[in-house]
Amino acid sequence: MMRGAIERPRRGAARVYDAMMAETVRITGQDGDEIEAYLARPLSPEPHGGVVVIHHMPGYDAATKEMVRRFAAHGYAAICPNLYWREAPGASPDDAAATVRAGGGVPDDRVVGDAAGAARYLRSLTSSNGKVGVIGHCSGGRHAFLVASSLELDAAVDCYGAFVVNDPPESMSWMRPLLPLAENLSCPLLGLFGAEDRYPSPEEVATLERELTRLGKTFSFHSYEGAGHAFFSVDRPSYRQAAAVDGWERVFDWFGRHLSA
Amino acid sequence: MCTYLTEKIQITGSGKGAEGWFGLTQAAVYVAHPVHAPFEHTVNIDFANPGRGPSARVAVELTEEAALALVDAIQAAIASAPPGLAAANG
Repeated sequence: MMRGAIERPRRGAARVYDAMMAETVRITGQDGDEIEAYLARPLSPEPHGGVVVIHHMPGYDAATKEMVRRFAAHGYAAICPNLYWREAPGASPDDAAATVRAGGGVPDDRVVGDAAGAARYLRSLTSSNGKVGVIGHCSGGRHAFLVASSLELDAAVDCYGAFVVNDPPESMSWMRPLLPLAENLSCPLLGLFGAEDRYPSPEEVATLERELTRLGKTFSFHSYEGAGHAFFSVDRPSYRQAAAVDGWERVFDWFGRHLSA
Repeated sequence: MCTYLTEKIQITGSGKGAEGWFGLTQAAVYVAHPVHAPFEHTVNIDFANPGRGPSARVAVELTEEAALALVDAIQAAIASAPPGLAAANG
């Protein structure tokens, strides 16, 4: 092919319109509050599954938005509600996270209400295939379990969420114990953990595994040797390439199986 | 890991943030992931004035050694000055 020539699809090759839209939108969250959310979706016409991305404790940040776009690049409409919008509208993510932390955190019920609004928004898209999953990392992993045990969803991924099994300390009055909610888990759950993590520890992961087995839930857990907390975070020393690469493959396999029309 | 735990105190003084000087009313201290420091966890201190909005904040992310050395340095500096010199009613 000549340099600079436009490459055209070969005869018989799949003709896929490879484009996406990523934008900040407003959704209706808990108590009818209007909150900010980051939406990314493929522009191809076929129906898409939806993914609610719950941001981690450091907030509605660039890394989380990058993850939202990653899902869109893989054919999902994805949305991340800004859980800190009420306390810090328009603030930088780190200032918003500091404000919310100093204020005592986000109540669990509000997270569920905001995630419900995000799921509603995804299902209302004309390109939706009607299926919606949820994923979160760190505190967002705990929230993903909370949301999947509170709302009717089609798939969930909990990446190293702590305080799912162990009760949160009494000082964290805005966090409720989650293990009793396990019987309400509404969808298949993928859990990805670091074997060297202490929050959650391998013992907590094993306890959750036993409880989900007892309840007859559909789930798949994987703990990576040599990985601790936050092994997906490419901008932190905790990043573990092998675990993250395998983990992403499992995430897309999980959503591919459970969010297809 | 996220510790979730935060030590919060009321303070009096001033700090200089992105938009200049402002009065401080609160400090929060917690061990958590840093935003910028090249470590998995740091001792984070936010000097803030919530009444002026989320951006009225002076933030530091310190290693444990640095934070403890800072505590010692503060105590040494206060001890070397006449008692009460920097007190609110000094």
